[in-house]
Amino acid sequence: MSVEVLGDLSRPIVMGVLLGGLYALIGLGLSMVFGVMKLINVAHGDLMIFSAYFAYAVMTAWGIDPILSLTMGIPLWFVLGFAIQKYVMRRAFGISMEAPLIIAFGISLILQGLAQRISAYSIGLETPYALGGISLGITSVPRAYLLSFVAALVVMLLLREFLRRSYLGKAIVAASQDRRGAELVGINTGRVYAFAFAIAMATAAVAGVFFGLTFPFYPTAGVGYLVIAFGVVIVGGLGSMLGTFIGGIVLGLTQTLSSYFLGTAWQMLFLYLIVFVVLAVRPQGIFGR
Amino acid sequence: MEKHSQELSQDVLLKISNIDAFYGTFQALWDVSLVVKPREIVALIGSNASGKSTLINTISGVIHPAKGTIEFDGRDISTLDPFQVVTLGISQVPEGRRIFPEMTVLDNLILGSYNRQARSDREQNLKRVYEHFPILEQRKNQLAKTLSGGEQQMLVIGRGLMSDPKLMLFDEISLGLAPKVTDELYRAVREIRGKGITILLVEQNVRRSLKEADRAYIIKAGRIVLGKNVAELREEEIKQAYFGV
Repeated sequence: MSVEVLGDLSRPIVMGVLLGGLYALIGLGLSMVFGVMKLINVAHGDLMIFSAYFAYAVMTAWGIDPILSLTMGIPLWFVLGFAIQKYVMRRAFGISMEAPLIIAFGISLILQGLAQRISAYSIGLETPYALGGISLGITSVPRAYLLSFVAALVVMLLLREFLRRSYLGKAIVAASQDRRGAELVGINTGRVYAFAFAIAMATAAVAGVFFGLTFPFYPTAGVGYLVIAFGVVIVGGLGSMLGTFIGGIVLGLTQTLSSYFLGTAWQMLFLYLIVFVVLAVRPQGIFGR
Repeated sequence: MEKHSQELSQDVLLKISNIDAFYGTFQALWDVSLVVKPREIVALIGSNASGKSTLINTISGVIHPAKGTIEFDGRDISTLDPFQVVTLGISQVPEGRRIFPEMTVLDNLILGSYNRQARSDREQNLKRVYEHFPILEQRKNQLAKTLSGGEQQMLVIGRGLMSDPKLMLFDEISLGLAPKVTDELYRAVREIRGKGITILLVEQNVRRSLKEADRAYIIKAGRIVLGKNVAELREEEIKQAYFGV
């Protein structure tokens, strides 16, 4: 009997882990901006979803594959992020702590409006390779889930190595731990902030495309995923890429397992409940400092 | 003008002329002037909140003077930001240390060499830092937050050295540390000067300041009230600066 249950459980567990990878991918950029600039970028979900819209537009106009279109999407989002920080947020930070938040809300609304122009209906990035299932031995999963998970793993590891090994990466970490200390060792924190925002946006570009390959999306879809990404950051804790990744997996598993045991109607409630419990018991997150 | 600045660079490394500085609307420095010559150790003496740290931070570019100029090596640096000031060769060891707690000792030191000129000399400077503070080499792979207070202070001095400075600004390096540790830090300060680096230091402990410095300036309520060779400084003058008359 126990083998039976385990057999049934393998699918929600595998799905939960894979889904968690996608959640982590969305959370990485939010975590970075929050960690470095102490800004909750409420436009993060919309910036992520808008990348899916961009890929959709490129695919419909020129027939370019969504993953391939990231060769345009990533640099574009990077530059966009750099510009948002350098020309808009930086000034807003000079006004008050609330000003950048309001700007982020503005960006969120603008992107939702633009997405509405592309398609007001729910759409998806439909590609032959993302459709259908793939067998992982114990269970079969949608290919898009597996692709998203692999993408998340790659982005997380790249980001982790970048932050650990390069001067710029170390400077980003240093600025998040002690801004004045960073300035006094010769780090141009204004520039480092712009790079941090740019990198966060590049990860959002990747997340958007893999999200679009996995789920249908609509202009305001980013809002719900902002909340999930925020949950990922809370559960995983700031300052650790691996923590963010595991935070994503915890939430993914919570969602699929509660759905499996209690029904789909319960899955989001349990997801938020986990976030709530972590906030209450370990507010710095499982891997946080 | 050209000739003047050339002369300046020969016998004066840092020249502060008549600066005012504010924190918001609070004026912290009033018409402050001082000079630091190459290879000197100069102490700033004054009671709490007399403007010592403000002056250090104004030199570093954290605060910009509202009036007056700061010249370093014959160049006006009054409007530069901290990262530009570091690149020119001024490095600050800040009060409160400001280490990067969640990074390793080695990464803290490496970040000291962030500016492009210093990067090429990184390994050489790292060796120099380890000579001053062998304990840092032993602890290089530990997180900075796991160091003792004295070791953290060594780390910050070492980090400051990594930028290849001509002038180092020390802000209260002995604060909260045992006399024995303080002795060790000041032994390093003397060694650093011995390598040709000029030093401007702020020290709460007046006796210590007078022991280490060649010259001292007394600062009181944001104004320099006295500046002379330490050997010529009389105790009454210091008391007067501290307690008024």
